[in-house]
Amino acid sequence: MKLEDFRQKQAEKAASQEELRRALESEFQIIGRRLRRTDGLAKATGRAVYTDDISLPGMLHGKILRSPHPHARIVSIDVSAALELEGVHAIITGSDMPVPYGIIPWTRDEYPLCVDKVRHVGDGVAAVAAVDEESAERAIGLIDVEYEVLPYHLDPEAALEDPDTPIHEPRRPGENGNVSKHVHLEFGEVDRLLAESDVIVEGEYYFEGTTHTPIEPHCAIAHFDPGGKLTVWSATQVPHYLHRELARVLDIDVAKVRVVQPPVGGAFGGKSEPFDLEFCVAKLAMITGRPVKILYTREEVFYAHRGRHPMLMRYKTGASKDGRIEAVDARTILDGGGYSSFGLVTTYYSGQLITAPYQMQSYRFDSTRVYTNKPCCGPKRGHGSVQPRFAIEVQLDKIAESLQMDPIELRRRNLLGTDTRTVNEFRVISNGFPQCLEAVERASSWRDKYRKLPYGRGVGVAGSCYISGTNYPIYPNEMPQSAVQLQVDRSGRVAVFCGASEIGQGSDSMLAYIVSEELGVPIDYVRIQSADTDLTPVDLGAYSSRVTFMCGNACIDAARKIKRQVRDAVAEAWGCRPQHVALAGGWAFDRSDTERKLPISEAFNLAEAKFGALGSMGSYNTPKDIHGDYRGGTIGSSPAYSFTAHVAEVSVDPETGFVEVGKIWIAHDCGRALNPILVEGQMEGSAYMGFAEAIMEAHVFKDSGLHNAPSLLDYKIPTSLDTPELESLIIESLDPEGPYGAKEAGEGPLHPSIPAIANAIYDAVGVRMDRLPFTPPRVWAALRERGRLEAAGQLTPWKERSAISQLTAVGD
Amino acid sequence: MRCWERPLIEIIRLSVNGDSHEIGVPSHYTLLETLRYVLGLTGSKQGCDKGDCGACTVLLDGLPTLSCILPVQEAIGRQVTTIEGLADPDGPHALQDALDLTGGAQCGFCTPGILMSAAALLNVNSSPTRQEIREALSGNLCRCTGYTKIYEAVELAARALREQRPPAEVLRS
Repeated sequence: MKLEDFRQKQAEKAASQEELRRALESEFQIIGRRLRRTDGLAKATGRAVYTDDISLPGMLHGKILRSPHPHARIVSIDVSAALELEGVHAIITGSDMPVPYGIIPWTRDEYPLCVDKVRHVGDGVAAVAAVDEESAERAIGLIDVEYEVLPYHLDPEAALEDPDTPIHEPRRPGENGNVSKHVHLEFGEVDRLLAESDVIVEGEYYFEGTTHTPIEPHCAIAHFDPGGKLTVWSATQVPHYLHRELARVLDIDVAKVRVVQPPVGGAFGGKSEPFDLEFCVAKLAMITGRPVKILYTREEVFYAHRGRHPMLMRYKTGASKDGRIEAVDARTILDGGGYSSFGLVTTYYSGQLITAPYQMQSYRFDSTRVYTNKPCCGPKRGHGSVQPRFAIEVQLDKIAESLQMDPIELRRRNLLGTDTRTVNEFRVISNGFPQCLEAVERASSWRDKYRKLPYGRGVGVAGSCYISGTNYPIYPNEMPQSAVQLQVDRSGRVAVFCGASEIGQGSDSMLAYIVSEELGVPIDYVRIQSADTDLTPVDLGAYSSRVTFMCGNACIDAARKIKRQVRDAVAEAWGCRPQHVALAGGWAFDRSDTERKLPISEAFNLAEAKFGALGSMGSYNTPKDIHGDYRGGTIGSSPAYSFTAHVAEVSVDPETGFVEVGKIWIAHDCGRALNPILVEGQMEGSAYMGFAEAIMEAHVFKDSGLHNAPSLLDYKIPTSLDTPELESLIIESLDPEGPYGAKEAGEGPLHPSIPAIANAIYDAVGVRMDRLPFTPPRVWAALRERGRLEAAGQLTPWKERSAISQLTAVGD
Repeated sequence: MRCWERPLIEIIRLSVNGDSHEIGVPSHYTLLETLRYVLGLTGSKQGCDKGDCGACTVLLDGLPTLSCILPVQEAIGRQVTTIEGLADPDGPHALQDALDLTGGAQCGFCTPGILMSAAALLNVNSSPTRQEIREALSGNLCRCTGYTKIYEAVELAARALREQRPPAEVLRS
């Protein structure tokens, strides 16, 4: 084989004969291997350029003036003194952009800057662009806003009962303006089955709000060129939706708007809708003709929020004496904060997403999302379903307790199975939940520990499921949810263009692995260009755990089109059948004779000569005919569901109520792990975040409506010393519709942490923690109450618990 | 000099990653502002504005220091090392390579600060225990990883440095 010099260099780097022979024997070359990320070294060396690292010539800096009142009418705004300040270029207020926006097209209820009313402390009122941050800061101090202070509500139940203090105008006359969304759905005969149940458990659970706290604060930069084209760089996880909303609110041609999303320094749902700063930098850039940047302060990040909804959940669960779940009746109040955000979806999710992994004979939920005068809640990792998952999994633990049954056994008796439907008619195909339960049971030595550890120590179990994207996009349309474009260079370099948002989860890497697997090019021949609306085909964004499933499938689709052409061209040159041509390890080679081979770049050149310039488009759209036949049946309907089980082991100090979580075993069914390192990273990060919500985090407000702790010192997120040991156990159920069988891994593994810890606390000291977070004062108070009842002879002392438990174990 | 006696702009000499820079800085600037805005070294990150998160950690004469709450004057006459100065021309530092191998960077925003704290640890302790690593990193908040893969990276890098082998080779063995 005579090769040009540079091809010779490629051939030397490519796989050896031995490796090619091995390649023929294994299903995958790249998929499933523990590989580096494509962006790992750039991040580790400080070269990754985040939004705030970008500085444009002539760039101005912006600041937003925020309301000090939780609820007030804006009477007047006087910006004259601020405008006279040296260095100030422009000031805008609500009247400059009086177009409501919102991520859900049916509930657009906020403005880039408030127009008539402010609805929470921190609501944006005016924005300044100045030569530097200090001048902008001084200028907002000189803006004079006259407010007419209004009565306000911080408590959702109080707001619900006081329609005379409407936070928003009622959508229809006579309706309560403080109801953001109400959903009531019933599946099966709940009342009859409850009446016939052998055991009924009732509980009231309260989930305190928590927030995402990415380490990177929100940041956006806008540039408006003289030709009328607007470019916005933003730390967003939804560039496509931002693209649309910028055009709509600013009333400019959407084809003349470009949104670029640089690497994002953490998001977790906290950057999954447009924010005021993006509109403000755009408008200020349009007015001044200069680039404008706004970087939120950490305090502003806390007020921007969109985090986990506080939920008050009242659950009634009935079971038969052999442990079958007969009926679940849930009533939930969601504290929505000042605006809708994703609230319509959250309200559905608060009920829809708990119907797996267990078979329920009947189910009813009634969820009401209420406006309050606090920063708006939205989607945080495990959107809408982490809270009810806490409630239902503790309910199951209580049922197991009253049936004297091992809680893992109780869960086994209610397995949903594969190729089935949930009680609310979601289609479930692959389901590795039984293996998840088995994995955590074994790894944690459950049977040696449950109800057997010394007083003060305990273990708890919980399970969950989550969606791999949703079958219906946020705005109704029939177009693909994701698309990938490939472009092949004569050198063998493959460029991948995809709208997917790399937010740390590894979506860029996932695309590179797939291209490398399909086309046989080394991973470092693959360049990823993601999330730039001028360059990349649409992907809807990094939310609802959709990216691997949808972009992955789109990428396979695109890559296989090129693969077909390359194999055809090489087969023609060799006079063999295309099926005999394999692409792997940097070569195109003959399956029946691995000595016959071409460097992959030469194979690409043959294809280019035969078919013309080499490139392809691939896309993925969800199945649309599989949801339940009822209003709301589309919400929560997903092409595939992931499953998780956790066992948590805790120590509780009975003197102080301090809970130390020693270890969490995490088993997660992700379909197929495309790169186990990245899957484990998601599992560990999820379990960490759930642990944090269980033990430490509380996004709460003072009576004045001020945030209680808007800093990283006072809002407690775990340090390395707080975080428990985490052990990941990957379960692969291979979903028939997922890319190589993959499903989601980014959000599902969070869910069971909280109830597993709550159940472990019960195993340790016999107190039920139904209110989050499990802080020392709360645990201590519960211990005191239990101690009082024990002293009165109303409860058997928990220290003797092993003697009182005759558990039904597996096989009994 | 008392702060109100300082001029609005000062000309200072700052040694960063071995380079000596003569620069004019607003006298209220922190070291982080100077690194990012004056020198264009954007590897050190601003996460919290007030010394809570550790993303801005740099080494000052080898000790981990929060550059976002350090007045730039405090760095005069001392050796500042940032994430950009951790690697040498031959390739990444063992910590950087190891972090890439174990998947210890997800969003990557805390990564520069984490690595500077880890580098300071390895400078004084070539075989840290898991607990010593946890303590050394306890001033750096990471929101993505749950820390596990970061510990693995520091352990791998420590071993690679001790054995004077590349981390990838150590990982395979």
